[in-house]
Amino acid sequence: MIRRSLPYIAAGTFALSGCSEMQSALAPAGDEARRVALLTWILFAGAAMILLIVGIALYLGIRGSERSRRVLGSDKAIKLGGIAFPVVTLTVLLGYGVWLMRGTIATDQPGTLRIEVTGEQWWWRVAYAGRNGTAIAEANELRIPVGREIDVVLRSADVIHSFWVPSLGGKLDMIPGRTNTLRLKAERPGIYRGQCAEYCGGPHALMAMEIVALPDGEFEAWLAAGAATPTGDRHERGRALFESAGCGACHTVRGTQASGVVGPDLSRVGARRFLAAATVPNTPENLARFIASGQAIKPGNLMPEFKIFSDDELGALVMYLVSLK
Amino acid sequence: MTSERNASADEQVLPNELPRPEGEREALEAVWAGPRGWRIVSDVNNTIIGYFYIATAFLFFLAAGVLGLLIRLQLASPGNDVLSQETYNQIFTMHGTVMMFLFAVPAVEAAGVLLLPQMLGARDMPFPRLGAFAFWAYFVGGTIFFCTLFFGVAPSGGWFMYPPLTGQRFSPGVGADWWLLGIGFIEISAIAGAIEIIVGVLRTRAPGMTLARMPIFAWTMLIFAGMIVFAFPAVILATILLELERAFDWPFFIAERGGDPLLWQHLFWFFGHPEVYIIFLPAAGMVSMIVPTMTGTPLVGYRLIVVALIAVGFFSFGLWVHHMFTTGIPARSLGFFSAASMAVAIPSGIQIFAWIATIATGRLRITVASLFVIGFLLIFTLGGLTGVMVAMVPFDRQAHDSYFVVAHLHYVLFGGMVFPLFAAIYYWTPAFSTRRLSEYLGKWAFGLIFAGFNLAFLPMHITGLIGMPRRVYTYPAGMGWDRLNLVSTVGAFLLASGVLVFLIDVARNLRLTRGGPVGDAWGGGTLDWVPNHSFGLRSIPRIASREPLWNQAGLAGKVEAGRYYLPGTATGARETIVTSPVEAEPQYLMRLSGPGWAHLSAAVFTAGFFLLLTVKAVTLASICGLLAVISILAWMWDSDPAPTEPVDIGGGIVLPTYASGTLSHSWWAMVILMLVAAALYLSYLFGYLYLWTVSPQTWPQASALPSPWSPLGPLAAFAISGMLLLGAHRLLSRKDVPQAGLCILIGLGVLALLAGLALDGLSHWRSGLRPQASGYAAMVYANVALQLQIAGPVVVMAGFAIARALAGRLTAVRRVVFDNLSLFWAYAIGQSLFGLLLTHGFPRMVAS
Repeated sequence: MIRRSLPYIAAGTFALSGCSEMQSALAPAGDEARRVALLTWILFAGAAMILLIVGIALYLGIRGSERSRRVLGSDKAIKLGGIAFPVVTLTVLLGYGVWLMRGTIATDQPGTLRIEVTGEQWWWRVAYAGRNGTAIAEANELRIPVGREIDVVLRSADVIHSFWVPSLGGKLDMIPGRTNTLRLKAERPGIYRGQCAEYCGGPHALMAMEIVALPDGEFEAWLAAGAATPTGDRHERGRALFESAGCGACHTVRGTQASGVVGPDLSRVGARRFLAAATVPNTPENLARFIASGQAIKPGNLMPEFKIFSDDELGALVMYLVSLK
Repeated sequence: MTSERNASADEQVLPNELPRPEGEREALEAVWAGPRGWRIVSDVNNTIIGYFYIATAFLFFLAAGVLGLLIRLQLASPGNDVLSQETYNQIFTMHGTVMMFLFAVPAVEAAGVLLLPQMLGARDMPFPRLGAFAFWAYFVGGTIFFCTLFFGVAPSGGWFMYPPLTGQRFSPGVGADWWLLGIGFIEISAIAGAIEIIVGVLRTRAPGMTLARMPIFAWTMLIFAGMIVFAFPAVILATILLELERAFDWPFFIAERGGDPLLWQHLFWFFGHPEVYIIFLPAAGMVSMIVPTMTGTPLVGYRLIVVALIAVGFFSFGLWVHHMFTTGIPARSLGFFSAASMAVAIPSGIQIFAWIATIATGRLRITVASLFVIGFLLIFTLGGLTGVMVAMVPFDRQAHDSYFVVAHLHYVLFGGMVFPLFAAIYYWTPAFSTRRLSEYLGKWAFGLIFAGFNLAFLPMHITGLIGMPRRVYTYPAGMGWDRLNLVSTVGAFLLASGVLVFLIDVARNLRLTRGGPVGDAWGGGTLDWVPNHSFGLRSIPRIASREPLWNQAGLAGKVEAGRYYLPGTATGARETIVTSPVEAEPQYLMRLSGPGWAHLSAAVFTAGFFLLLTVKAVTLASICGLLAVISILAWMWDSDPAPTEPVDIGGGIVLPTYASGTLSHSWWAMVILMLVAAALYLSYLFGYLYLWTVSPQTWPQASALPSPWSPLGPLAAFAISGMLLLGAHRLLSRKDVPQAGLCILIGLGVLALLAGLALDGLSHWRSGLRPQASGYAAMVYANVALQLQIAGPVVVMAGFAIARALAGRLTAVRRVVFDNLSLFWAYAIGQSLFGLLLTHGFPRMVAS
């Protein structure tokens, strides 16, 4: 209880209560994030104390009594304050830090679920292992089961990105030519926001994602549904437009001819909460805007603007996409 | 403070009697008179160059500060569109780059150039034209680099320039090249300055100023310069490799072809972390000068501070990986770097408590300089504490690349360097200006800057931890970041208003002068408070303590009256006393060069060479390069004057006017330059071995290597080159040197060196290896390129030595030109041999 209320106290001291907590290291919802949040408060308290001590020493040095100034002015005070004290505190801190590091990166035990996330300019390619070895492609939204240890396998397709979901744990870079594995666990259902933390050019600021933590059963059902051909109303006109306009050259919709792998998989785009890597809410209006004038929503993104559609056609296309769930 | 006993003992041993001869002072003034009017740009005197240098650095501080304000304006509210995405990315890249490379390092180097000679009791820096060259190169290169912003072609890959984002594929524009060539070039200028500072501190101190009596500021400048010598080559190598990759597709950093993006990060941070201390140490040195004066008591814990400074210098090279905690490096090695990163806090702790101890021992006068020191102590302490936090790996994995780090680095750099710099400007202005800065305006400036700084950067600790990443040009509403960002923006403008007040103060009161400044306004104890002229001190005193002005009664007056050493000019030229490095006993009289144009045109053409390469104007660049070499040769031609009869500097001390071998200051400079070259090559060696550990599969089988006999040709060529060098050495030791023979030996020897390098390059080429093929192949040819980079100057120096010999200016005594050549030549042979062993031996050793 006390621990949970600390962020609010801190926010209060800055007179800034009411923060959104979707992307905050101070609002932990996972093991590692919780340990680090506790560490953060310990460090803050310690730092405040030491700063206060230095401030008081400085004040006493300037305005203090003869006696306190004589004490502060000795070589002994320098050795005590400048050597002995930091050596002791830093040694304790280092021990604590090393103890905390156990098991954050270098776990030998594989997690119970493996999700591959590849950073691309400027979105996240996601792949789940389906049954019988097939991969289920997703993008920009990570659904995970609550309470299970998850290995997120991090790679990059172009430049360096960094996977950071503060509420669940620290960040880990996605580096071309390397594979890093991040261990995550969500303790309770909820939506946690993450964002690319390594500058990756152009719209780096608009490369975010959401982690949706679901109860295990719900997650399994969602995953299983993904392995099947997408359900949902098939709007024939929209689908025909999607195919004739060449959308399938870059995007995949499972069970159709669209099988491009350049851009995000759209098989279940209608079920996502956001568009363009968590840049705008996934509404039919935004979907239409993104197709026709995506550069206004996310300047620099690599999808060309499709201005060829009439309003009517755009509506049909959007209806089709929304139905993909 | 004064000791009668010392004073009376001092009285008896004053080297020169009064009255001084008629015209002695006038002759000194005439020799040191600088050019007037626009010709002042040809001046080389450290005071003038120091003014130019500091003013330029400060202009870049203001310019980059404006960029910072633009950043804050854009981030004041979510979804703001004051700046476009690309403009923002260029601006944040330039803000960091300009602050680090065009402001911070040059500013402290400038402070060294301006203050050191006076503080050490020298007349000038040991290489005035080199110092002026370094300044002009920086001025021209920096200005053009900054102006790329106005044409929208500035780099946008961040000041850290991580590939592959900055590689040709993802940054096809010219911006990254501006960064690589522009900054690489300015680093060379920083190294030139560092060499001058090391030689200046070690060899031109006043007699009796032993290392243990040296002002702390000189200690920090010495360590600063030493760190530049070892740290900057790493980033210079990195920029060479990345530019080779961009221009010729040599895949050092491309993972698909056996390169590795992390190689850049290792090299960059091996420079980048020491860089932080490179900036901080001289600032700490300034504080160590200001605190004793303002409290009227010698620094408590002088020896502890010196040990702490040296410790920082060493530690700072062992913690670069803490910038890479999130790259997935194994936890065990992270533990080591975490420990090292924390350990570096201890020397800083020592210094902070030593300053407090000094303040407690005396009585601190609350002046503007003191206020900035107090502000520094508080802000830097907090920055150090957050530094310990980010040194903890688990914490860093949250804080890294978030606004927490933005807060931390500004506390450390702005608190640790800019606050002391303001303190220093208020403190030292009386030594150079006919008016002091205003204590009234100064207090306003301090208050606004202190309040604005904390308002801007304190909230960022929270902004970062609640999830805001760095380097974002926009952010969505509703994340809880809006209000914090607005507060930061308000703080930034408050800070800027403080700087504005400071500028008003400067405009109203700063009146720089070459003679007749306010002088000792605070009752300081060191030589910088003895009346200052373009020639530094009138006469050069013998020093018996750390605060000579406090312990040697009437010192300033006696110095000014000319009662100490060298009260005039002994040879009719500009000159200063060279002393031994540790005990500071006079060894010889160094004659210094005066104003000139060759070094200036050398700087302009060198800048032109690098900058024109950026825009791929190869022909024009080559012409500039050629003109730069010609300018340098013209400048060097009269830099080695013939020996004269030994001269009397007073007190029975008769000094030679020429020195060669290890005694010579130019030998010292050459050795330091070789250390720079060695550090560059060691960085290369690290890169070579690193790529092997990352992708050994791209290393060739033994059968694909050049024949095992192929190194024999180059080996023989290098051996011949070495023997010819020895032969030339022998010849020059003879009483009457056979000039033709000497020239032939030098010429053939250098040709042999080039032939060896060409043979080696050809052997790789004939084996079918192409630099574009893999990281391995690129490294092999990078070795050839680096050897040529050393051989090039050897060729030029050899040509110069031959010309000197033919002109009769190279003799058994007057031989510094040859000594320098032979040092560098021998180094080139050694490095070439090592390269041969590495590129032929290592792949064979590891081939399965």
